Amino acid sequence: MEIKSMRFKANASASLADMVLQGNLKNAKGKFVTKRAESLKDLDDFEGTRDAAVAIRNRVIDNLDLWLERFEQKALDTGAKVLWARDGAEVCRLVTEIAKSHGVTKVAKSKSMLSEEAGLNQALEAAGIQPVETDLGEYILQVDNNEPPSHIIAPAVHKSLNDVADLFHKVHGTPRKTEIAALTREAREVLRSHFLSAEMGLSGGNFLVAETGSVALVTNEGNGRMVTTMPRVHVVITGIEKVIPTLEDLATVMRLLPRSATGQSIPNYFSILTGVKKPEERDGPEHLYFILVDSGRADVVGGDFHAMLRCIRCGACMNHCPVYQTIGGHAYGWVYPGPMGSVLTPLYAGIENSIDLPHAATLCNQCGVVCPVKIPLPALLRKLREKQTERGLRPLAERIGLRLWAWAAQRPKLYALGARIGARYLKWLAGDSNRIRRLALAPEWTLGRDFPAPQGKTFRELYAARRREPEPRKTR
Amino acid sequence: MARVRVGLFVTCLVDLMRPRIGFAALKLLETAGCEVIVPDTQTCCGQPAWNSGDAPGAVALAKKTIAEFEGFDYVVAPSGSCGDHIRTEYPGMFAAEPDWRDRATALASRTYELTDFLVTVLKVDSVPGDYEGTVTYHDSCAGLRGLGIKQQPRALLARMKGVQLKEMNACEECCGFGGTFSVKFGEVSAAIAGRKCDNILASGAQAVVGGDLGCLLNIEGKLRRMGDETTRVLHVAEVLAGDA
Repeated sequence: MEIKSMRFKANASASLADMVLQGNLKNAKGKFVTKRAESLKDLDDFEGTRDAAVAIRNRVIDNLDLWLERFEQKALDTGAKVLWARDGAEVCRLVTEIAKSHGVTKVAKSKSMLSEEAGLNQALEAAGIQPVETDLGEYILQVDNNEPPSHIIAPAVHKSLNDVADLFHKVHGTPRKTEIAALTREAREVLRSHFLSAEMGLSGGNFLVAETGSVALVTNEGNGRMVTTMPRVHVVITGIEKVIPTLEDLATVMRLLPRSATGQSIPNYFSILTGVKKPEERDGPEHLYFILVDSGRADVVGGDFHAMLRCIRCGACMNHCPVYQTIGGHAYGWVYPGPMGSVLTPLYAGIENSIDLPHAATLCNQCGVVCPVKIPLPALLRKLREKQTERGLRPLAERIGLRLWAWAAQRPKLYALGARIGARYLKWLAGDSNRIRRLALAPEWTLGRDFPAPQGKTFRELYAARRREPEPRKTR
Repeated sequence: MARVRVGLFVTCLVDLMRPRIGFAALKLLETAGCEVIVPDTQTCCGQPAWNSGDAPGAVALAKKTIAEFEGFDYVVAPSGSCGDHIRTEYPGMFAAEPDWRDRATALASRTYELTDFLVTVLKVDSVPGDYEGTVTYHDSCAGLRGLGIKQQPRALLARMKGVQLKEMNACEECCGFGGTFSVKFGEVSAAIAGRKCDNILASGAQAVVGGDLGCLLNIEGKLRRMGDETTRVLHVAEVLAGDA
C-alpha cells in the first residue's frame, strides 16, 4: 500500500475539518470503549489471562524460527503447501502464480491486513484476476473507488449509514435504502454470486496453530467460512509472527481477542481450518496454501521493538486512543492506524517515511492499559523518537531547540535567568487579559486555545525573597 | 521521631508559570510536620528531552536531579508527570552505568507525587485550607496510569467541609496536553482538550482541579478560548492549602 504518513499533519487537519467524519468517530468511540469494558466483566481473571497470553506470545516470538518450522511441518502433513514471502511484492507474485496455475479468474477475499500491506488487489487486477472483498466493511470500501480501510477490524467505521446508503444506491443501481438490514441484504445478494463463482478464496489468519498446522479465523459475517470452504483453492496470507503453540493456547488468547476488539465474549464465527478436503468430506478446498510473510517482521525479532510482535491485532489501542478518536484512521497514512500503527508503520514501511507518527501520541498510556498482551506502546513510541533523533531525522530547528534547552537546564544560574526573562515576557505578552491569544514562540499551542499568563515571577525568585524576609515563614 | 526531611521538586513549569503551587506544596508539607528543603540548583527532571528522543540530554538531567535530591528522606513533586518520570523512567535509563542505576533506583523508590505522599506516606488526616464550592477532578495520565493516583487527591479534598466533588464524565481521559505534543500537533491537541472541557462544563462544577500544571494550562487555555470565563482551573495543592 502506498504510504501517505508523511502527510500526517495535513491529513489530521482535514479529518478535524470533516464534520461528517467527526460525527461518525464520536459514534464509534463510545461503542468500542463501552462494549469492551462490559464484556470484560464476565471474564473471571482478566489480569491472569493477560499474563498467560503474554507468556504464550513471548514463547513463540522468542524462538520464532523453531515455531515456524514446527507449524510448517504440521501444515505440510495436512496436505497444505507452505510458501514464504520476503515482502509485499513476493506476496503479490506468489498469489498471482498460484491463481494462474489453477486457472483462477476471480478471488473471493476475507479480511487480510497483509494483503493491504502488499497492495495485493491492484496486483491481481493488473494480472487480469478479479479480487472481490467479501467482508462487508471491506466490500463497501472496494466499491467506493478502492478507498483504504481506516480501522483494522472495522475498516469502514469512518462511514455513516447515510454514506453507505448513497454508495449502494449509486454502485448497485438500486433504490436508496436506509435500513441497515436492507443494506446488508443487498450486499449479501451481490456477494453470493461471487462466492459461487470464485475459483479461489483468500483469507488472512488470526492465528496459526503449530500443534495442528491449522489457521484460526475470527469473523462476524460468515464470509470467512464461504471464502475458505467453497472455492477449490484457499490461500492464507499471514505475518510470520502469528503462530501460537497449541489449541489450548488458542483458547486462552481467544478469551481476550474478541472482548478486546469488539466487546464480544465470542465472535459470531470462529473457525479452525486444518488441511485440504479429504475424500470423504463434502466441503473445503482441494488446494490449501499458506503464504507466511516477513515484510519487516524478522528484523524486529530480538531488538528494541520485539514486544510489538506479540500484537494480536484487536485494535483496542486505537479504539482507546485520544488521538485516533479525534482524527480517525486515514490520517495515519498506511495500513495500521492508532498507537499500533505508529509503531508498525515506521518498522515495516520505514522510519524515514513516517516521521510524525511516533510523535502523534500524548503518551497517555491508555493504549498500554487496554492492550491484551501488554505491549508497552508508549515506551516503544518513545524509543522510535530516540531512533529518529539518532538518525538526524527530526527537523533541525527542533533538534537545536531541544539541545539548547537541555544544555541550559544543566546550568542552574543560566536557566534561572532564562526562566525570569521568560516569565516576564509571557506576562507582558498577556497584558491585562491574563491570557495570550497568539504565541509566536509556540504558534501551534494557540491555534485552538489560549495560553494562560504566568504569575510574572519565578518560584525561585519568590522563594529566595521570602527566605530573606526577617519573620519566620510559618507566621505567614 | 526525627522530622522527615523532604526535598521539594518544584518542577520547571510551576517555577515558570505558577509559583503559588510550589508555595502551596511547601505549606502542605510543613503543616504535616516535614522539614522541607528546596534545592536552589534544581531545574527540570528531563522528561521533555526523554520524550522527545534526546536520550543523552535526558540522562544528563536525570544525573543532575539524582545528585541534588538523593540526600533527602523523600522527594516530593506537585506533579504526577514529573513524579512518574523520576519513579518509573529513571531506573531504566542507566543500563550501562550500574552505579547510576542503583542511585536512580534508590531515588525512585523515595519519590512521590504530592497527594500520594500526604496520603500514603504521611497519612495526614487534615489539611490546612478550606474551599467553598463545587469542584470536578481531572485525573492526569501519568499520575493515574503511572503512579496509581486516583483516590489520594479525592481523599484529601473530602477532608474539606466546603468542597463538593461533582465527577465529570470520562475524568480519566487524556486532556490532550502530552507535553511537546501540544506544540507539535496543536490542532489535534486542542480538539482533544475541547472534549475534556465539554465534560468539565457538563459536570456543572465551579472549578476543575488537577494535579499537573501542564494539563491545567491546557484546560484553562481551551476553556477561555471556548468563551468560558467563570470555571476556575486550580491545582489540587492550591485548594488543599487554602490558597485558591
